Amino acid sequence: MNRPVQTEKPAAPSTEPERSSTGELLTTISGEPVKPLYKQEDANVDYDRDLGDPGQYPYTRGVYETMHRGRMFTMRQFAGFGTAEETNERFRYLLDHGQTGLSTAYDMPSLMGHDSDDPLSLGEVGREGVAIDTLDDMTTLFQGIPLDKVSTSMTINAPAAIMLAFYVAAAERQNIPPSQLAGTFQTDILKEYIAQKEWCFPIDHAMRLVTDLIEYCTREMPKMHPVSISGYHIREAGSTAQQELAFTLADGFAYVKAGIERGLDVDDFAPRLSFFFNAQIEFFEEIAKYRAARRIWARELRETYGAKNPKSMLMRFHTQTAGVSLTAQQPEVNHIRTAIEALAGVLGGTQSLHTNSYDEALALPTEDAVRIALRTQQVIAHETGVTRTADPLGGSYYVETLTNEMEAAAYDYFRRIDELGGIVESIKRGFPQREIADAAFRYQREVDAGERIVVGVNKYELEDEEQMEILRIAPELERKQIGRVQAVKATRSVPEVEASLKSLREAAATDQNLLYPILDCARVMASEGEIVHALQDVFGTYREVPVF
Amino acid sequence: MSETATSPTPVSKKKIRVVVAKPGLDGHDRGAKIIARALRDAGMEVIYTGLHQTPEQIVETALQEDADAIGLSILSGAHMTLVPKIIELLNEQDAGDILVTVGGTIPADDIPPLKELGVAEVFTPGAPTNAIVDFINGAVEV
Repeated sequence: MNRPVQTEKPAAPSTEPERSSTGELLTTISGEPVKPLYKQEDANVDYDRDLGDPGQYPYTRGVYETMHRGRMFTMRQFAGFGTAEETNERFRYLLDHGQTGLSTAYDMPSLMGHDSDDPLSLGEVGREGVAIDTLDDMTTLFQGIPLDKVSTSMTINAPAAIMLAFYVAAAERQNIPPSQLAGTFQTDILKEYIAQKEWCFPIDHAMRLVTDLIEYCTREMPKMHPVSISGYHIREAGSTAQQELAFTLADGFAYVKAGIERGLDVDDFAPRLSFFFNAQIEFFEEIAKYRAARRIWARELRETYGAKNPKSMLMRFHTQTAGVSLTAQQPEVNHIRTAIEALAGVLGGTQSLHTNSYDEALALPTEDAVRIALRTQQVIAHETGVTRTADPLGGSYYVETLTNEMEAAAYDYFRRIDELGGIVESIKRGFPQREIADAAFRYQREVDAGERIVVGVNKYELEDEEQMEILRIAPELERKQIGRVQAVKATRSVPEVEASLKSLREAAATDQNLLYPILDCARVMASEGEIVHALQDVFGTYREVPVF
Repeated sequence: MSETATSPTPVSKKKIRVVVAKPGLDGHDRGAKIIARALRDAGMEVIYTGLHQTPEQIVETALQEDADAIGLSILSGAHMTLVPKIIELLNEQDAGDILVTVGGTIPADDIPPLKELGVAEVFTPGAPTNAIVDFINGAVEV
């Protein structure tokens, strides 16, 4: 790693953090000390070396010259529930209301590689996202939506290669070649082992699948972003902002290294790696996190990974407001939290944004709640004026100091990760998992002790709160989906499916790119669960050693 | 670990044994781990099952570990399927005396039917850990 010259390890937080006269902690929610005032001497920056104009290396101030003035952030609300039919309806609703991109939420069985009719899926089908079992479901999901005209984000990781194959095959049915498909597959398996915990295979085999997908997209899908390197879930699991930054970047470097080791030229795939960060409620710390992230990524891609094309060095990212900051108590207050978090994402230079709905501490959002969440973005974009100028907080003594500190904290973690043998080895040893669990526990203790005020939860509570309407996923949807997948299984050619799965198993035992045989399985209507099981026959499964 | 929020169980009593379990497919283990640690800090013996457990696996763990209580953490919306199944299996095994609590994103309307099934308490987002510790300390007879 190219440790920057200007960053020094910040002073270790004293054992007794400062508190206000009323006992509130004066550290950030990540536990970092904050001074009463920041001055010029705190913000040690060399403009050309550390900041640069927007669109100029190291891109601290933004990846485009005119930022949101020239290119408004994409309003991309994550959606999915029930069967492909219900979600297709929600997609069309969002497009009709001015949303400019689609984002698919999969249900838990789909995320874990189980078919809807698997006994392990019982009670979970279509609950937290849409159930996609076969090409037939993927086709229905995008019915009436021309796939060469929209960009689609797919929040799918362990089975990402399978869902990409379903998507490519669904496009074939609309006579659209893979080269015309634009969007993003999340595919970030490392953060699954770190934080979100939806996996199918042991970690090394999972990394091979990620690399296969990167290679396939590099060859066949020039408009597709093969990996969205995600800090969001790491933060939701309770990490600090510094941990989110460090572990996400470390994961990103691991994918870059894997692509290079596969024989790809870094400049052929790095321009289509993108990022996904959380926007928590600690406003300035979040903005500093995005700025530091851009600077570190640009420097490391150029200095360590040999990128020559500036596009390889640009960190473009999606932001989602923090689900964990939402409260079940006085949920209307969540509108305000979300607006502030979204503003941090925009001021931090995000390329796209998802704003959570105020009812999400209790259930998936209702249509009305989603509309207000989208309106929040529209107010920021069109009424506040904050999008007229790039990086409006650049040069703030506080924000520049925080950006430097954030960067130093990340490099400190990079060093510890290197000492453990890299991020994959660190994950196998439970290092990031333990760091996150410790941070989550500390924060909970601070809230329990009243040292952090959460409005409506440990202060300003209401005695009798009215219950609000929440979205109920009808249990019939699970039966409907089970019916759908069983109907597909009853009408396809069984010998074709068996032959395709056999070829896949054989390919899995070699080092050939598995996207091609998976695509063959998809076309003959092999289900997600069947494809996962075929791969597990060769790769095995994964079980975490639980730590708390 | 750090100081505890509530006083540990008095030494004269046997330690309360709690299985903290994550049924179903959701991987949101932040809450389960925080509760596991808080219960341990409060002097209980805590067995954390880890993720993606079937109802059968959870009941088996509870029996093997001679648990006094099971804390189920569910954020997937599948609680009305998974919790009845776990209670049914416990009853089949004559283990209906094991205290069962549920934590997670449980809509208010679902709480009365869960309690009717035999769930002792449901903790929703925002519940302080010491309230959970106090409840288990008060409800388990050891």
